[in-house]
Amino acid sequence: MKLTVPAFLGRMAFSALAALIGVVFALPLIWFLFAPFNARAELGLAIPNPWTLSNFFTVFENKFAMQALWNSLIQSVGGVILVGAAATLAAYALSRSSIPGKGAVTYVLLLFSSVVSGSAAMVPIFLIVSAAGLMDTHLAVILVFAGGLLPTAMFILRDFIDSIPKSYEESAMVAGASPVQAFFDVALPVIRPGIVVVVVWAFVNIWGSFLIPFILLRSDTNMPASVAIYSFYSEAGTPTVTLLAAYALIYSLPVIVLYLFVSWKFGFRFFGGIKA
Amino acid sequence: MASVEFKNVSKSFGEFNAVSNINLSIGDGEFVCLLGPSGCGKTTSLRMIAGLETPTSGQVMIGGDDVTYLHPKDRQISMVFQDYALYPHMNLADNIAYPLKVRGEAVAKRHGRAKEVADVLKIGNLMDRLPSQISGGQQQRTSLARALVYPSRVYLFDEPLSNLDAKLRLEARGFLNHLQRDMGMTAVYVTHDQAEAMALATRIAVMDQGKIVQYAPPIEIYRRPATTFVANFVGNPPMNLVPVDAIQGDGQLQLRAEGLAIGALPMSNGIAKALETGKTLTLGVRPEHLLIATEGSPNKVSGKLFANENMGPESLVTIERGDGARVTARIFTDDHIQLTEDVTLSFLAEHVHLFDSTGKRIPVDNEAPLA
Ligand SMILES: Nc1ncnc2c1ncn2[C@@H]1O[C@H](COP(=O)(O)OP(=O)(O)OP(=O)(O)O)[C@@H](O)[C@H]1O
Ligand SMILES: [Mg+2]
Repeated sequence: MKLTVPAFLGRMAFSALAALIGVVFALPLIWFLFAPFNARAELGLAIPNPWTLSNFFTVFENKFAMQALWNSLIQSVGGVILVGAAATLAAYALSRSSIPGKGAVTYVLLLFSSVVSGSAAMVPIFLIVSAAGLMDTHLAVILVFAGGLLPTAMFILRDFIDSIPKSYEESAMVAGASPVQAFFDVALPVIRPGIVVVVVWAFVNIWGSFLIPFILLRSDTNMPASVAIYSFYSEAGTPTVTLLAAYALIYSLPVIVLYLFVSWKFGFRFFGGIKA
Repeated sequence: MASVEFKNVSKSFGEFNAVSNINLSIGDGEFVCLLGPSGCGKTTSLRMIAGLETPTSGQVMIGGDDVTYLHPKDRQISMVFQDYALYPHMNLADNIAYPLKVRGEAVAKRHGRAKEVADVLKIGNLMDRLPSQISGGQQQRTSLARALVYPSRVYLFDEPLSNLDAKLRLEARGFLNHLQRDMGMTAVYVTHDQAEAMALATRIAVMDQGKIVQYAPPIEIYRRPATTFVANFVGNPPMNLVPVDAIQGDGQLQLRAEGLAIGALPMSNGIAKALETGKTLTLGVRPEHLLIATEGSPNKVSGKLFANENMGPESLVTIERGDGARVTARIFTDDHIQLTEDVTLSFLAEHVHLFDSTGKRIPVDNEAPLA
């Protein structure tokens, strides 16, 4: 079919506009990939000349920055284990038992979770954590994140478990397995893809968060990377762009690696209307 | 092996009564089929024996012990699920051997045993596959193998052959029949297929809307169906049922209906009692007891030819009576039957079944028990 001239011009205009918008969004990403390798990086976009790894060496020599990455890992992994384990057990119970009002429980928790991890709750969280004597510990960060992420994790997993026929565990129990055995032998392997989704989601959430560790942690030795990035600002508040860029790239790698690993090992799927 | 008994068992889901007050006694070594239309409570009954569903009231006994509240794992039973319930992450060998794994058998031993059972069911060559990599019929046989791989007190089968082709189904049916003879297993077997029930069962429990309508050996279900429901459900094609007006007189009973000519029947106590509740009875004749009428047949039903289906060794001839109701005859001949538009079918008085106005079978006086 031949296009009429106005229709053709319309398409041209539309494509040009779409391309423009695309470029606007792509620019920061391109900067993000170029700047770390540029010894004279600034906020403007420039192709590195020459390409260099010197920024990375400076970052690796920075004890505080490296410690921060390690702290991020401790807090994220700790939080993920807690959220993953607790959400799996809770969601399994909510899905399989016949507690009256179990639907309401999930929804109420879900509602409150957005409050708990939101900035509105910062003052009470601060007070609770300091009253519990957990100020400036990894545990405080891990617990607060677990509390904030659990309801959503439970919700996603319950949805997932609901879609798995009960007859798997039933046939295991008829065959002589105890409920615990049936859970570990049959239910858990079947639920695993759902747990993986929750784990990745929780990891990304904790790894990238700034406010909660910023408020709950005092000492440099406990700060996670998201907070440590601030150390690459000079006293006057201007960023040391070269180091910042290199550190940001390192900081984003675990998340990318995790996604790649999971999609290679398990493959992301869509479950019960909730996007992985 | 053990006996199974339901004592006044009811099960409701909210307001809905899936099973209402059933009593059923299954002897040690008996093979009982639960037969009934979809949704009549067969699976629910089976699940109560398995312990997967707790009765709302009543007791379930296995081997004389009250197991109403006993956990499934402690009942020493096996079950083939209607949806197979194969573990999707285990290959067939592990699926079939799972009950043995739970019992602490060593890997080599349990896989050896699994292979034996799988071979009999012709899935022995698929042991490395995952359930998602085999056909529906193969999945069903895997599920059957998993139930048969370990010794149980009671075997529960929920339509275990529904997904097999005709040939495999006959083979598997023969295998189950052999197992039952061989080791005298106590089995409760749910099926929609009345031929299967007839072939396997020592007794059949016909269910309708959560109740047991008749519980008797297959031959009795076939020859003396307790209600029009059973008569209509068992038999292929089902029994022809014709509402008739009963006229009583002179120690004899006359039956009248459109297109029907039937000689007077002798009165009996049963009939007299039935007539007290209503004068409209139901006459039933099985298709296999109808013939193409010849001169001088005493009992006849006539109508317009509706269908004439030759199926090899037999033909199904269906006629439509004046009031639009149909009657089917199953005629055993391998010739195609030549018929004119008006057809008359005949039957013998001894093949007549009578049901009262509520649909209950009217017993013949001094009926001898069936062997
Ligand atoms: N968990 C449940 N909640 C509510 N109703 C149920 C539940 N399980 C079964 N029912 C209802 O109880 C009735 C009996 O169900 P059951 O599964 O025993 O039927 P069935 O005889 O096995 O039927 P089919 O031949 O179709 O398998 C059905 O009407 C069904 O809808
Ligand atoms: Mg069923």
